[in-house]
Amino acid sequence: MPWDRTVLVGLQPRGAKLLKALVAQLEAEFATGPVANGLLDITFYRDDFRRREEPLAASPTEMNVLIEGKRVIIIDDVLYTGRSVRAALDALGDFGRPERVELCVLIDRRFSRELPIQPDYSGRRVDALNHERVRLNWSGSTLESVLLESPEYAPER
Amino acid sequence: MPQNAKLQSRHLLGLQHVPAEDIQLILQWAGHFKEVINRPIKRVPSLRDLTVANLFFENSTRTRLSFELAEKRLSADVVNFSASTSSVKKGETLNDTVSNILAMKVDLVVIRHSEAGVAHFLADRVPAHIVNAGDGTHEHPTQALLDAFTMQERLGSLEGKKVVIVGDILHSRVALSNIFGLQKLGVHVAVTGPSTLIPRAISELGVEVIDSLDDALEWADVANVLRVQHERMDRAFFPSIREYHKRYGITMDRLNRLKQVPLILHPGPINRGVELTSEVADSPYAAILNQVENGVAVRMAVLYLLASQSAPQNVV
Repeated sequence: MPWDRTVLVGLQPRGAKLLKALVAQLEAEFATGPVANGLLDITFYRDDFRRREEPLAASPTEMNVLIEGKRVIIIDDVLYTGRSVRAALDALGDFGRPERVELCVLIDRRFSRELPIQPDYSGRRVDALNHERVRLNWSGSTLESVLLESPEYAPER
Repeated sequence: MPQNAKLQSRHLLGLQHVPAEDIQLILQWAGHFKEVINRPIKRVPSLRDLTVANLFFENSTRTRLSFELAEKRLSADVVNFSASTSSVKKGETLNDTVSNILAMKVDLVVIRHSEAGVAHFLADRVPAHIVNAGDGTHEHPTQALLDAFTMQERLGSLEGKKVVIVGDILHSRVALSNIFGLQKLGVHVAVTGPSTLIPRAISELGVEVIDSLDDALEWADVANVLRVQHERMDRAFFPSIREYHKRYGITMDRLNRLKQVPLILHPGPINRGVELTSEVADSPYAAILNQVENGVAVRMAVLYLLASQSAPQNVV
């Protein structure tokens, strides 16, 4: 599908940097022309509201694009349980009906999914256990490193 | 991004005892919800497993609609109750009415009553989160929050700003909540109005009393103009409406004489030609309709933040 029918939607807060970097690279190196994009905050659509200790902080949603009838690519940094993406699909529905929705993530933690959601595009597959954390270090809009933090494994008593 | 998105207060009964951080948090989240209510589809599913009861023992159009809209835009289930169509008429006590409603498993209660302290009374007795939607002449916290939000939207940070509350201070719960809330945000608050409608002890709250409306308007960044509450006046507090309007009514003539015109707010409903002329109410100086719009966003923030404090029942 041509780029003028495509919208990249970054998930707040951590998909925002990847979105920016992708848009810049597409426009500069792939001559796509201006790439329509927006930022989506999914706080109010999460399914763990009132089930967490601390309520999550919300970030601004900046969807100044029409997604009706277009190809939407959801952009996020790490795909883990899939629940954020589920919430994002709900949230997207409030802005229109895209022709199709795809998922692009930098890191796919493929063994930790809680929902049947898979990425269409992913940078790296990381095989991490549930107690481990995957951390991305950005310097400006450049990804410096991906760290797999593995605390001493302490089984729940 | 705030690290702590959690309210310290379990209920919103008034702004007197709410910490400043809670007020800031509500105003910040109201900004997020304002964005939501300007979307093509103005509804988010956050409160879909909750039930909210709106108990209005006193008449209200704007506040009740605003709360109801806020609840529906958060996808809560809503039950409405108004005293004129209920068993209160048959002599049921407040405690009984409320226990009956709670027996129906309600998570949040929004209550308006003509007696001061009713929201506190409930908060001590029922397990739900209570939101005071106006108790007598005591407090009306969500109105003060939406006033502050509207001021912030127009003026930026409120720290060091000057706000004058004009008119019937004595009967006004909006005035009291404004004073408590704004002072916590670092605002200098003054009042002006007929001396019969200014409570004698108001200066104890650190509020300046300015006698002349013109001086007050010259001093202030914001004039929050209150409604003359005829229904609460059991005797004559001023000789006539005409005289009130002449001394304390805001007219274009008055505003045109000022070096800088303050932002004009009014909690509604307006008595056109009494507190404000139509010309002023419909001018760009007035943010009255912004207040109404912001009211829904602020109430969404209050309900959302209160609801987020308790885990769902019967979930192990």
